[in-house]
Amino acid sequence: MNMAVKPADANDGRANAPEVMLDISNISLSFGGVHAIKDVSFNIHKGEIRAIIGPNGAGKTSMLNVINGFYHPQVGEITFKGNTRTQMRPYVAATQGIARTFQNVALFHGMSTLDNIMSGRTLKMHKNFFWQMLRYGPAMQEEVEHRERVEEIIDFLEIQHIRRTPVGRLPYGLQKRVELARALAMEPELLLLDEPMAGMNLEEKEDMSRFILDVNDQFGTTIALIEHDMGVVMDLSTRVVVLDHGEKIADGTPAEVSSDQNVIDAYLGVAH
Amino acid sequence: MFYREVGQFKTNYTADSQVFPILQDKLGIIAMLVIAYLIIPLAGNDFFITTVMIPFLVFTLATIGLNILVGYTGQLSLGTGAFMGVGAYSCYKLTTIFPDVNIIIMVLLSGFFAAAIGILFGLPSLRIKGFYLAVTTLAAQFFLEWAFIRIPWLYNYNASGAIEVPQRDGFGGVVLAGAAAEPVTRYLVVLSIVLAMTWVASNIIRGRIGRSWMMIRDMDIAAELMGVRPLYAKLSAFAVSSFYCGVAGAMGVFFWLGAAEVESFDINHSFLFLFMAIIGGLGSLIGCYMGAAFIWILPIIIRALPGALGLDINAATVEHINFMMIGGMIIFFLIVEPHGLARLWQIAKEKLRTWPFPYS
Repeated sequence: MNMAVKPADANDGRANAPEVMLDISNISLSFGGVHAIKDVSFNIHKGEIRAIIGPNGAGKTSMLNVINGFYHPQVGEITFKGNTRTQMRPYVAATQGIARTFQNVALFHGMSTLDNIMSGRTLKMHKNFFWQMLRYGPAMQEEVEHRERVEEIIDFLEIQHIRRTPVGRLPYGLQKRVELARALAMEPELLLLDEPMAGMNLEEKEDMSRFILDVNDQFGTTIALIEHDMGVVMDLSTRVVVLDHGEKIADGTPAEVSSDQNVIDAYLGVAH
Repeated sequence: MFYREVGQFKTNYTADSQVFPILQDKLGIIAMLVIAYLIIPLAGNDFFITTVMIPFLVFTLATIGLNILVGYTGQLSLGTGAFMGVGAYSCYKLTTIFPDVNIIIMVLLSGFFAAAIGILFGLPSLRIKGFYLAVTTLAAQFFLEWAFIRIPWLYNYNASGAIEVPQRDGFGGVVLAGAAAEPVTRYLVVLSIVLAMTWVASNIIRGRIGRSWMMIRDMDIAAELMGVRPLYAKLSAFAVSSFYCGVAGAMGVFFWLGAAEVESFDINHSFLFLFMAIIGGLGSLIGCYMGAAFIWILPIIIRALPGALGLDINAATVEHINFMMIGGMIIFFLIVEPHGLARLWQIAKEKLRTWPFPYS
């Protein structure tokens, strides 16, 4: 249990005094009698890749839902970029710069890849209804500006060839990539990825890992990641927090976490 | 073979986001406009213009309104007829209170009243979805129908309970509405309004607002996360949709029927427009034209066929055959392509682009 109380910045090699972007303190979330999250605290540093792992039903996705405002924890506080809040709508999270992808791809299936990624720019577009009606002048100018930005992301993620394809027709691996593109189009400061590599083959996982590292590196985006592939988690993440049955059982660098007895017990089971 | 975009390069994003990026499409649209603006007014007789073209255009506009709500925003509505009624009655009130204002302005203004009522009855959509929302819009339908009968102020205490279109002149003394108005004049006014509003609808749909509607339709949770406020997106869709329906209703009375009572806006009409939207294709503007043509023009053609072929079949039999044929065709088309005629058209165009060498 000593991992949990370790100073969080002890092993962060990127900066001497890492800036805390998101601080989660004593969060508890329950649905009726089901305690999804029990008194969990951890933080995410600016610029790091933070993995959240744990066995099925550990409360990982609930944790992401708490961070971006879908679930409102009964107890605890969340501080994002210095603003403390207990309850928040997802819309507010989006305006503050939190984007995410979903465990089961949540793309807009009736729209093309291009429109899906353009939808990520919604918050950055402000031209009013009148100009939208005419699609002329400022509205068109705005549309083109954002299209340019979106095309950069399309190039970055290498999905030029599927620009016009309705996303419903795309294979799963590409859908995951389009979803990442859509989240990137929001230019988030904190990007939450819920199992970005679930159901992918090795090659697709390597591609996705490369994209995640590139995003972190080139855009400086802070990333929180849920993933079941331990190889990926160990290679990508700066720090790892381990949840089990809604409780935090370990927190630290990949090396520390993987040798932690609590984590091994949670994953492999304990002899009774 | 002829329908190719080969050699038509786009060098900027404005050109790339046109509605008709391919030259052949543009030529097709120009041809349609020439037919609509020149050939039909010159060659069409009064019967054709009054009973085929004007209602077709009015229904198209109402279907576009409904499609914005159902096809683009995913909010099922059964109140189209009533929202059209709001447009018609408010246009009637406006033009009787201000008789000197151009009727076209009044028709467009009446859309705002429909939009306001639409927003009011759209409020439940913030909490309920799908069929349950359809039931609440049904409440709008029944309540408004009741209001059209029970509030005599709406029809100026007319003994018959109907609204009757007074004569209204427009630019340079041309009679636009009323019994003395020429069918061609009314047709051109309706055509221009419908085309202009289709253009506006396509602009809205392709921009930020339209995307936010489609985001709500496809995945409302993800939409909220990307910064779409469901309140604004849904209510703006209700407002725009009702505006279109309201204008369609006002045009239907002032440029087509000449007089109307509550039966013109009953639930059967709401269903009719829903069928037009579904058969034409949800989430497609061209589908609205196709759906309205399918449901309105096709039966007229079938009715005229026996006479044209010199067959002596009595009218009642023709009507029965008509119902059977239309019903059969609806089933056929929905089995062949559940996404409507617009999707069939799109598939045909995709095939045409590679014809005759689909694998080259």
